[in-house]
Amino acid sequence: MAKHATPLLDQLESGPWPSFVADIKEEADRRRKNEKNVTYQIPSDVCDDLLGVLELSYTDGTTHWKHGGIVGVFGYGGGVIGRYCDQPQMFPGVAHFHTMRVNQPAGKYYKTDYLRQLCDIWDMRGSGLTNMHGATGDIVLLGTTTPQLEEIFFELTHNMNTDLGGSGSNLRTPAACLGESRCEWACYDTQEMSYQLTMEYQDELHRPAFPYKFKFKFDGCPNCCVASIARSDMAFIGTWKDNIGIDQEAVAAYIGGELKPNGGAHADKDWGAFDIQKEVIDLCPTECMWIEDGKLKINDRECTRCMHCINVMPRALRIGNDRGLSILVGAKAPILDGAQMGSLLVPFIKAEEPYDEIKEVIESIWDWWMEEGKNRERLGELIKRQGLAKCIEVVGLKPVPQHVLEPRHNPYIFWKEEDVTGGWQRDIAEFRKHHQR
Amino acid sequence: MTFISSGYNPDKPMENRITDIGPRHYSEFLPPIIAKNKGKWLWHEIIEPGILMHKAESGDEVYTVRFGGARLMSTGLINELCDIADKYCGGHLRFTTRNNIELMVETLDEAKKLKEFLNSQKFKGGSHKFPVGGTGAGITNVVHTQGWIHCHTPATDASGTVKVVLDELFEDYKKMRMPAQIRISMACCLNMCGAVHCSDIAILGYHRKPPIIDHEWLDNLCEIPLAVAACPTGAIRPAKKEITTEAGETKTVNTVAVRQERCMFCGNCYTMCPSMPLADQTGDGLVIMAGGKVSNRISNPKFSKVVVAFIPNEPPRWPTLAKVIRQIVEAYASGARKYERLGDWAERIGWERFFEKTGLEFSEHMIDDFRDPAYYTWRQTTNFKF
Repeated sequence: MAKHATPLLDQLESGPWPSFVADIKEEADRRRKNEKNVTYQIPSDVCDDLLGVLELSYTDGTTHWKHGGIVGVFGYGGGVIGRYCDQPQMFPGVAHFHTMRVNQPAGKYYKTDYLRQLCDIWDMRGSGLTNMHGATGDIVLLGTTTPQLEEIFFELTHNMNTDLGGSGSNLRTPAACLGESRCEWACYDTQEMSYQLTMEYQDELHRPAFPYKFKFKFDGCPNCCVASIARSDMAFIGTWKDNIGIDQEAVAAYIGGELKPNGGAHADKDWGAFDIQKEVIDLCPTECMWIEDGKLKINDRECTRCMHCINVMPRALRIGNDRGLSILVGAKAPILDGAQMGSLLVPFIKAEEPYDEIKEVIESIWDWWMEEGKNRERLGELIKRQGLAKCIEVVGLKPVPQHVLEPRHNPYIFWKEEDVTGGWQRDIAEFRKHHQR
Repeated sequence: MTFISSGYNPDKPMENRITDIGPRHYSEFLPPIIAKNKGKWLWHEIIEPGILMHKAESGDEVYTVRFGGARLMSTGLINELCDIADKYCGGHLRFTTRNNIELMVETLDEAKKLKEFLNSQKFKGGSHKFPVGGTGAGITNVVHTQGWIHCHTPATDASGTVKVVLDELFEDYKKMRMPAQIRISMACCLNMCGAVHCSDIAILGYHRKPPIIDHEWLDNLCEIPLAVAACPTGAIRPAKKEITTEAGETKTVNTVAVRQERCMFCGNCYTMCPSMPLADQTGDGLVIMAGGKVSNRISNPKFSKVVVAFIPNEPPRWPTLAKVIRQIVEAYASGARKYERLGDWAERIGWERFFEKTGLEFSEHMIDDFRDPAYYTWRQTTNFKF
């Protein structure tokens, strides 16, 4: 028997898409029956009370959660989000309902024994509710009490060899696409690099010392499946410098209709026979492809590696072999100054262990941002305030045309004194010898 | 309930403490066929909606069955997933960036059986547990934030609005009839934990009333300079105010004043100061944005644009939201060319045509007036369509 009537939420049990309400109700039921004989360390009716407080929000159209307050585990400044209900008398089971972020394995592959162990901990010491996964990529354990935080952390680190993720003004949990593990387009090993940098920067991840949050995301190619270009302060996007590989027989098979374009992604609508001219060559943004003597030709020097032709003909075209990545900086979602896309900082760099050259770029950016950034100023905002040229200067790179879409629209150049012959110190008396007042 | 210790000793927190160990190495979790062929994949194909096949240099084939789930997931449901993964896939599974789940098997026959089994699993209320789809030129799972279930600043619910939208678009989760993929994202306030700003369609919770100021408590609960500094438009200033307390006493307190006409309703002040809540039943609702993308394919990544300035919160099933999303999807599906993303289609036909084709109404709210970038969105040409 449900603890609270939830007539509004009940209407979200119907409809074909998986119902979170149905799932929470079933979890509430399991906790009530407790067939596994779990010694619950937080109120066993936590799921009932969560449904109750959510029903109240559905009724009055406002949230009933308060600000976090300072909760966490000893020695860490992140990984736990404090949360308290603003109607604790009505819903005592969720009066304290803190979230823990658990650092996910890169690419989000799991073995069931790992997930089951995590579930066991969370059944006993938490709400039994999770997010698989949070927006930044962590496993999110949703809802526990303050005394359980250290206990859960102890079990995670001692029994599962797993650490918390980031929150607050620190390095947030890095996220990677599945990369080389199952994708033919990965230009570098996104999982390995994500893991190595996560390990290298554990201190930055757990102990907030930055002006604000900082995100790394690792995309294996310009398709950007983890949205690094839009969502991370520093985006690592795989690319290549040499030529796209062409299998002319497979090209012919696409033209002949034996192979389905785009891996068969358009199967449920009749788009007519595949037309390589219309669907590939004419859509190439740099117009660097053509057919000659029945063969597909690419002027690779003009290619900007947008991936379209490769996406359409994955069996005929392959990413190049001289692979590495581009680094783009400063992306973020809105407030304060509006959304920002990542801006190109390093056009090409090799992504090879131990990633020393890349770490140099990261650390010089951090040094600059920690020195110059204001409280709660994202890297992208600092770059806007001080200029992309400054950002390029702090990492010691030479500005190149690749850094801009087009040159500046105005001549208001802030020349530096050292750039101007003779400097800026002049003698007015000397000037007046030649120019009367 | 009896307290059970994990082994942690609160009197000696440093005793046996393990810290800074990071995540588990991904290689511990890769299915054998994935580990064997890592970095040596040749090509892939979508055999049918929800089933992908990847071919390796070794000749190996791996069949991935992709299915959706609510991002909010109970341990009971995860255990059920584990049972399925144990039975069909040697105890391996993975999650995608867009909250889908993937199981990998080595033959098409196994994949099809698995698909059939997953599609047959339902909750008591009738909704699917593991609907297979989310591939190719269709509509995949919606990424989202916490909403009313767990956040202190939302202007709407996240799980509920997403459930409603995916119920509406369910057939297109299981099909691939679109010109290109449609990526839908949901964020429940302007903080945009869900980073919806580059999505084909974005659903965004938005407040429309300036903060209410809890003068009696503000100076006790907040750092006034931080609240002042938090405002992007400089609408907040320190102030003194004579108030009558809840106990009936009259006194002058340090507080803040808000120039309400300058408020952009971002809630940044509330994040810094709990004495300035914005949430309101009639003030809050949704903004719909469209035409963004993160891929570099054909055209550059681009931001989503506001196409509906406000939809009221209509829990539990947000009918207006579902209707608006359907209008956008159908106009795009019938108007765009093969491979053309929603934003590229809108740019090709012109945004004036976008409003015509979708039947959405343009209003002054869609003309950008926020700082410098606004100017670059105005039409500085005589080229337009009647």
